[in-house]
Amino acid sequence: MNVLELKNISKSYGAIQALRDVSLAIEPGEVVGLMGDNGAGKSTLVKVIAGNFAPSSGDILISDQKTVFHKPLDAQKAGIEVVYQDLAICNNMTAASNVFLGREPTRKIGPIKIVDYAFMRKRSAELFARLKSETRPRDLVHRMSGGQRQAVAIARTLLSDAKIVLMDEPTAAISVRQVAEVLNLIRQLSDHGIAVVLISHRMPDVFEVAHKVVVLRRGELVADKKASDSSPEEITGLITGAIETA
Amino acid sequence: MSDPTLADAINRSQHHGLIARITSQQIFWVFMAAVFACLALTILTDSFATERNLFNVTRNFAFVGIIALGMTAVIASGGIDLSVGSTLVISAMTVSVIMSAGMPFWVGCLAALSVSMLVGAINGVLIAYAKMPPFVVTLGMLSIARSLAMVLSDNKMIYEFGPDHDFLLWLGGGATFGLPHPLIILIILAVITAFAFRQLRWGQHLFAIGGNENAAVLTGIPVARIKVSVYMFSGLMAGIAGVLEVGWLGGVTTNLGQAMELTVIAAAVIGGANLAGGGGTAFGAVIGALLIEVIRNSLILLGISTFWQGTFVGAFIVIAVAFDRFRQEKT
Repeated sequence: MNVLELKNISKSYGAIQALRDVSLAIEPGEVVGLMGDNGAGKSTLVKVIAGNFAPSSGDILISDQKTVFHKPLDAQKAGIEVVYQDLAICNNMTAASNVFLGREPTRKIGPIKIVDYAFMRKRSAELFARLKSETRPRDLVHRMSGGQRQAVAIARTLLSDAKIVLMDEPTAAISVRQVAEVLNLIRQLSDHGIAVVLISHRMPDVFEVAHKVVVLRRGELVADKKASDSSPEEITGLITGAIETA
Repeated sequence: MSDPTLADAINRSQHHGLIARITSQQIFWVFMAAVFACLALTILTDSFATERNLFNVTRNFAFVGIIALGMTAVIASGGIDLSVGSTLVISAMTVSVIMSAGMPFWVGCLAALSVSMLVGAINGVLIAYAKMPPFVVTLGMLSIARSLAMVLSDNKMIYEFGPDHDFLLWLGGGATFGLPHPLIILIILAVITAFAFRQLRWGQHLFAIGGNENAAVLTGIPVARIKVSVYMFSGLMAGIAGVLEVGWLGGVTTNLGQAMELTVIAAAVIGGANLAGGGGTAFGAVIGALLIEVIRNSLILLGISTFWQGTFVGAFIVIAVAFDRFRQEKT
């Protein structure tokens, strides 16, 4: 069974064809490295999957069911979560508050609904433990390392029972030690049966965690192969066009 | 909690002892400054620690404190409200005009608070939906609301308040258990505001908007609606202060609350509200207002010209912001 399948997805903006006949299948727990040069169509593809844009043609299947997303919330309900490049995190708040941002649980005291901090701290501590991260629920995000901040953003996706997590350049702006932390988080998601689409420019990171590498060039899918059957050299060639297809 | 390590993770925090936690707060030092100023004045003058003077100080700071609660909400959400002084006067004028026409207090008060919230709602809609800068919108409102108060009253002083005249004066100028009424109302409102900031989703959301508005949008927080409610809250606080101040003064003219926005912003900022958004407490607003009033009072008692007041208030804003900046760079 595929958790997500794209069939002949095309997307054009007026005369510009951003995606052409892209087909791709992702299994539960699979980590897919999505690579390509700037303007190759990576962002467009991610936005189609996340429900930001509807494709011009082609089908999206979630767990083998044909699905249409009208807005990002539809995709979220179908189990697709996005970890944004800037993480969408509030520095002035605690880790627990950030995990539950916009979905704070409440309990009633008479007619008034108050935020249930005890539950938020307990649940987020469980999620951090699941991710094997040392992030503490009460800490302010403001003082956290890049890796811990990623853990907060990823814990948020676990909260909603995600099937697929799309990560946009999670390792672009952090230190080497923190990159290892983030790659571990990705492995944890995969171990829990959650598929991860990792958009990255950093070849070593992709080869470290990805089961499969997908390359886009000028809106076309030019490679879709197991990471173990490929090499950074081959992928570089595919990205630049030195190698036609694989 | 069967898992001891999990319980440990839940309970641990970056701050160690209680003392370390308290002394790391700006508000603690502001409070100490206020206490120190009071002690110094008690020793240096024989007029500070008199019952009459303390009564005056507590009553005077209550008006600024009440409005500073609303201002703290606005600043914490990443905005600013320059129209509070004008909202105060339009509220004061509304209740005065209605009561002097022979209507009971509750009608005048309800109308005044409705007008104040309407002023806030207009500010909020222009800022949240038309996406105009808060500075510009509320600066415009500063001019409009005061001018409307002049239109409403024909720029005359009102000092007759119809059948409920005595009640209005009692409400704003009287005392219960030795505490001036504006102070009692400030304490009640501060407790409610602190509760709303900390315990309601509204509080969580407004601090999230101030911290990272983009994140708030992406996580589905109703940003525009929260912003409108925050400006309405600020308007309501200014409105309440307006009604009380009429009762205290026993008369109202249209220059009431002029340049008050600066004192209120100073109180909020000294109390720890972060002008960049995302920080501030109700308790801080009250303490900030108290410190300003104590300093103002001390200038008078020490025989220093009142012309210096503006210098002190202005310098306080700059120092409070500089202090915050300095602390942020250190961490």
